Parts: sequence; C-alpha cells; structure tokens
Amino acid sequence: MVAEIGFGALIVAFVVSIYGIVAGIYGARRHAEPWLESGRRAMLLTWPLITLAVLCLVALLVGGHYEVQYVYNVTSSFMPLYLKVTALWGGQAGSLVFWSWLMAAFASAVTLRKWDRDREFLPWVIVVTLVTLAFFLGLVIFVENPFVRFWQMPDGRQAVAMFAPRGALPLVPMEGRGLNPLLRHPGMILHPPMLYLGFVSFVIPYAFGIAALVTGRTDDRWIRITRRWTLVAWLFLSLGLILGSRWAYDVLGWGGYWGWDPVEIAAFMPWLSGTAFLHSVMIQEKRGLFKRWNMILIILTYALVIFGTFLTRSGVLSSVHAFAQSAIGPLFFGFIAITFLGSLGLLLYRWNDLRSEGVMTSLLSREALFLLNNLLFMGVLVVCFWGVIYPLISEIITGQKVTVGPSYYERSTGPLFAALLLLMGIAPLSAWGHSTLKTLGRALWKPLVASVVIVVGLWVGGIRAWSALLAFWLVALVSLVTLYEYYRAVVARHRRTGENYLRALWNLAGRNRRRYGGYIIHLGVVLMALGIIGIELFQTETQGTVQPGGSLRLGNYTMLFQRLDVFDTQDGRNVARAVVSVFKGDRYVGELHPRRDFFYDSQQTMTIPGVRSTMEDDFYVLLVDWQSSAQGITFKVYHNPLVNWLWVGGLVFILGTLVAAWPDREAEPTRARATQSLAAQRVRP
Amino acid sequence: MSKIKTGEVRFFWQGWVWGAMLVLILAGIVVQPVLAQQPTPSDDEVNAIAKTMYCPVCENVPLDVCPTQACAQWRELIRQKLAEGWTEQQIKDYFVAQYGDRVLGEPPRRGLHWLVYVLPPLSFLIGVVIVINVIRSMRRPLSLNASSPLGADAPSAAEDPYLQQLEEELRRRERGE
Repeated sequence: MVAEIGFGALIVAFVVSIYGIVAGIYGARRHAEPWLESGRRAMLLTWPLITLAVLCLVALLVGGHYEVQYVYNVTSSFMPLYLKVTALWGGQAGSLVFWSWLMAAFASAVTLRKWDRDREFLPWVIVVTLVTLAFFLGLVIFVENPFVRFWQMPDGRQAVAMFAPRGALPLVPMEGRGLNPLLRHPGMILHPPMLYLGFVSFVIPYAFGIAALVTGRTDDRWIRITRRWTLVAWLFLSLGLILGSRWAYDVLGWGGYWGWDPVEIAAFMPWLSGTAFLHSVMIQEKRGLFKRWNMILIILTYALVIFGTFLTRSGVLSSVHAFAQSAIGPLFFGFIAITFLGSLGLLLYRWNDLRSEGVMTSLLSREALFLLNNLLFMGVLVVCFWGVIYPLISEIITGQKVTVGPSYYERSTGPLFAALLLLMGIAPLSAWGHSTLKTLGRALWKPLVASVVIVVGLWVGGIRAWSALLAFWLVALVSLVTLYEYYRAVVARHRRTGENYLRALWNLAGRNRRRYGGYIIHLGVVLMALGIIGIELFQTETQGTVQPGGSLRLGNYTMLFQRLDVFDTQDGRNVARAVVSVFKGDRYVGELHPRRDFFYDSQQTMTIPGVRSTMEDDFYVLLVDWQSSAQGITFKVYHNPLVNWLWVGGLVFILGTLVAAWPDREAEPTRARATQSLAAQRVRP
Repeated sequence: MSKIKTGEVRFFWQGWVWGAMLVLILAGIVVQPVLAQQPTPSDDEVNAIAKTMYCPVCENVPLDVCPTQACAQWRELIRQKLAEGWTEQQIKDYFVAQYGDRVLGEPPRRGLHWLVYVLPPLSFLIGVVIVINVIRSMRRPLSLNASSPLGADAPSAAEDPYLQQLEEELRRRERGE
C-alpha cells in the first residue's frame, strides 16, 4: 500500500508539473493572470507531493520491505537507521527521486518571493523549472521506478513490476543485499545531498536567464535577482566537493583526496563554469559588459549540471555499450541536447539585444582581469570535459577503451591553476574601469616583496624544487595581498570613524559582504592550495610486509606492528584490525588501527586507514593484505605533509561564501529611504 | 707449560671477543625493531610501475591501489617480470598486448589519441585569440554607448553633486544622526 501511495504521488506530481508548464506558457502568451497564478500554485504543489513519495520510500527502506526491489538492493537488516534513511540516495532510482524532491523544493521557494517588480519573468521561470522537474519525474515514473516489487509468477519465474502480474504472488526476500560498503560512512549523510543541492539550485539562475531571453529583458535584473541563488548553489556545490574529497581520503584508501575520476570531474565541471559565472556577472553589474557571455555561462552550467547527473547515472562511463543498453542514458542525452540547443537558439535570437553597454578602458582593469579569470576557468573546463569524454570517443571510433588518468589532468590544469592563483593576487588590487601598471604596482609592491622574502626563506630552509617554490610563492602572494587589503581598509575606516580595529573589520565586512566575503574565499583557496601542494609535491609512500614486532620506516616516521585482531561485528562485518604504534624519530606519538571490513551481505570489502593527523602532516597507514602472505601482514604507508590545510581552507572557503551570500536586510530600506528623501528634495524648487 | 698458558690466554680472549660480539648482536636485535622483509624487487619498485597503470577490468582504479585479488596477481606479475630483468616499458608493452591500451594511465601518443594532447591547448589558444579580439573591440567605444551610465565616462560620485549628497545622507543615517 505504501508503495502504491508513493508511486501515485509521483504520478500526480508529474501531471501537475505538465499542467504548470502548459498554464505558464498559456498565461504568458495570453497575458492571462489567473493562468499564471494557477501555474505558480501547480509549482508549489509539486513539493508536498514529492515529499509524500519520499516519505513512502523512506518508510519502506526503514521498515525493511525487501519485496520492493530498490529496498532489497540498497538496505539490509544489519545497517544502522541513519544508513537506511540515507539509502534514499544510495541507488539510482532513489537518487533521482531525491533530485526531484530538491528541485521541487527550490522551485517552490522561488514562487514564494515577491514578484511585483518582475512579473514578466514568472511564467518562464515556472516553465523552465517545471520542465526540468517533469523530466526527472518522467525518468522516475517510466524508467527507474523505485517502488517496483518482486513477484512470483504462476510458472515459477520471478518478475519485477509495479503492480501484480496476472496470477502472480508477492515475493518477499528474507534479507536485502545492503548498501555498497563505500557508501556506509557518515559522509553519506551530507556529501550527496550537498552536491545535489548545488546541482538543482543552479537551475534557478538558469531559469531566470532563460526568462530574460524569452521576455527580451536584457538589463542585468535577472542577474541581480539570482545573485544569492547563484552563491547558494555555488556554496552547496563547493561543500559537496570538499566533503567528497574528505570522504575519499577517509574511506577509499588510496592515500589521496582527489583521483580525477570521471564521477568527481562530473561534479567539478559545473563548479568551474559556475565560478566563472560568479565572477563574470560582476562585470555586467558594474560595467554593463559581457551580457552574452553571462548567458552562455549559465546555459553551460545548467547543461553541465544535467550532464553531471547523466554521467553518473547513464552507465556511459562503464562502456558505450552499457549506455546503449540503458534506457536512461539516451533519454538524458536527448534532454541535454534539446535544452542546450534550445537555449543557444534563444540566445542567438536575442544576440543583438545583448550588446555590451560599456567599454573596456584598460587592460589591467578589474573587468579585463576577470575576463582572463574566465578564460582560465574555461581552459580547465575544456581539459576536464575532454578528458572525461575522450575514452567514449575512442571506444566509438576505434572500439577500444582508453584511460585518461591523473597525469593528463595534473599536467594540463597545473599551469592554469597557477595562473588563477596569480590572478587572485593581482585582481583585488585593480580597479573597475581603469588601472595602470603604476597604480597596480603601487598597491602590489609591498606584498610582492614580502612574498619573495618568504620564498627565499624556504630556499634557504632547503626546498629546492622550482615547482614547489613557485607554488609557495603564489600562495604567499595571494595571502599577503588579501590580508594587506583587509589591513588597509580597516586602518582607513579606523581613521575615518574612530572605531577600534576589530569593530572596523566587522563593519567593513558587513558593509560590503560580497567583496570581503570574496576575500575570505580567496584566503580559503590559498589554504587549500597549501594542502594540495603538500600532498601533490611532497607525498611519500612505502609498502612492506611485516610480522608482529616488525616495523616500517618512512622518512622520520617508524610504524611498529603490534598485532592483528580479526572479529565479527553485530552489523554484519568481519573486521581485520591491526594495531600499530607510531614513532616520530624516537618519540612515541600514538597508536593507529588500520583495518579491512568485509561486509557479509554485499560480499565486498572496504579499507579504512589509520591516520595520525596534525597540521604539519598526516601519517596514513593502510592494511593492504593480511591473508595471502605467510611472511606477515602487508601495510602501505603514506606521509602527507600539510594535507590538513586543505580541510581548514575548505572551512574558511565555506565561511567566506556564507559571508558573501548572507542576506543584507538593513541596507536596502536605508538606501531606499535615503534615495526617496533625496528624490523628494530634488523635485523641490 | 707456557704453551698451555698461551693457549689458555688466547682461548680466554677469543671467548671474550665472541661473547662481546654475541651481546652486541643480541642487543642489536632487541634495540632495533625488525624492519619489513622486502622481497626482491620490493613492493615500492612494483608500485612505482603499478601507479602509472590501471586495473584492466575495474573502472578507473589505479593498479597500485586496486584491492581485488586479480590486481594483486597482476602486481605479482610485475614483480616477476622485474626480477627477470624486464624494463618498465617492456612490462607496460606486455600488459597492453594482453589487455589493451586501457591499462595505461594515459592514451599512447599515436593516431587518434593525439587529440587528447592537442585539443585542450588548441582550444585555450583559440580562447586567447577570442579574448584579445573582444578586448580590442570593446576598447573602441561605440558612440551609442558613450553616454551610458555604466560607461567609462559615467560621472563618479566625486563629480555628481546628487551622488555626493546621496552618499552623505547614507553616511549620516549609518551614524544614526
């Protein structure tokens, strides 16, 4: 019964979405307000309907209804409650329902805003969001239904169907297969929802962009409305990527945080175009330039959001043959093609209306540097996109799969990321409209000299690799420029207002959250860069087989293997857990427990590292093999210098985004009142 | 007698020397933890090659960290080939012949695969050209846009008395006057 209610709710939500699309288009064409209002309400209704479907699915997951195929595939009685709930997005069908649910939530939130000033956008925002929602609901209903059940046919065969075939009896397995072990981690609670939130929330600025194109409203109103939506989308996507990296570091057991896996890149690509968009819209707001480019960027971001979901869901990554056999793949492909080409067609239709209003006066102005920033982000995006799709192209043309691994990405993107860091050091010092070498040099020389001094210090300290010195110089330069900018502004405010420095800093950030939030984001990026430099350029590793009492050495660290415990747990695992003591030099620094978990239900293993973590470095121990060698137990050990700055930088990054996106409630009325008062004065004789 | 004495002394000293050596060896064993027994070639030598290769049957899993039994056997195969004196390139060629190009971390630089290496820098160069053209075209101000409020010649707050007054009003309100 619960399955029927959930499925019914999805069907009603799908029908309501289609109705909303029709009502929106009809209302817009006929200028019929009641139809528009009806479309708006249809959009509002989708969320409670899909919520009902989600609740039904969660009830089935938690209740262990293994007669439902999805429940059977992703849960087992051994799993804790939180994993049974999060199994909602642990498989393909459930994650598509979850995607739809978040999409409906964001679509509903859009309808709750005041539409008085932007009434003409409303129908097209409704149409775009509901088209996206209807596509995903259609996939769930017609292709990937999470509510289908097992049936025993009269002739003894087993069948999977939503409703009982004639003469069939329900078939209820005694136990489920359980969630993929890699997903059995607390990171499962946050990482996928954050990524999905980032994905769906980018649909909103896209919807406004398309609404602006359809209505021919080519000013920057759509950008101003969606500024916070974009920042929120970017925040969630960034959080999803950072949490995913941490999860990989903790669970995947290869000593790293980012493997340039196509699934990772699928989430990274919309982030790249979204970041370019975030910078580029500022040029349009401040200088009236690049209207067409901003449209291209948001269309691209939307396409990449759907492409990202497509990559992970279509089976195309495993093989083009799997793609051809999957029902979902061609549908995704068709949807991306239609929406992308349709959007581009609309853009071409409005091409002449989207001319830039301003002019570019200086090659060193902030808009010129932002343009360069966009070029670099697009460069990284091309590398990523090409690296992901080339194996498929190769397979189609030559029939042979190839691998495009980390070395390709690192070699290709490394110089682009370095150039982006350099721009982060220069751009904050340039002015909108006009900057010269002289003005830029005057602002830059102090941080520049200090950064060079730091690099000389590092060289004297023994670092000789030019790549490391260059990377550290960039990190030092960006940090110093950003801190210097804060310092100059705080001192100026202190002199002008007499506030103490702390208050001046607080008020400064409050007055211009976007700018100073952006600076905090830049600081977060350089801290993350520090962690990335540490692990990419200075990581060392060794592997060896030892008996109890034996040890492995890596750099200044020694790992002494004490013993191995093998035992069963109540949640259906067989655990092999090593106990090792770690010494730094001669000093004992702690005990680690690297382990291998074997999951009985899914017959899969998972490697959990033992990590001794400090801000200086991580000592990361993996239990590689404990059964096959008679000589002892094989460990793999990594030394990861500075890696924790990556996570600290991630936190600072998120803090900066929150500052930039935080609603500014007081300033608007104040400014409005002031403007009204002055306008009144102006009309007086 | 003296011979006997000499022999006894020699035996005495020899005993001390051997005893001291034994103590030193034992002390070494006790003080020094047993270091990992490294097969030849070592795991690190094997992993250095396996790191640049991919599991032939899994999806995007480097061979050095792949946890499957099959990959463990392939790593052993690398060790065996190294022990036989094969070079890294010979080992890679062997794996490619057995399982195809997908075992390599990057497509080989031949034929169609050159596209992997050529297309991204080429598109970046095209991007550079586009940016240069855009900047050039935008640096020629259009007469239509010259009077735009967003244009370069828009009045700054310092020039426009209305904007000055607005800024002053905002400052006063912020101070709570």
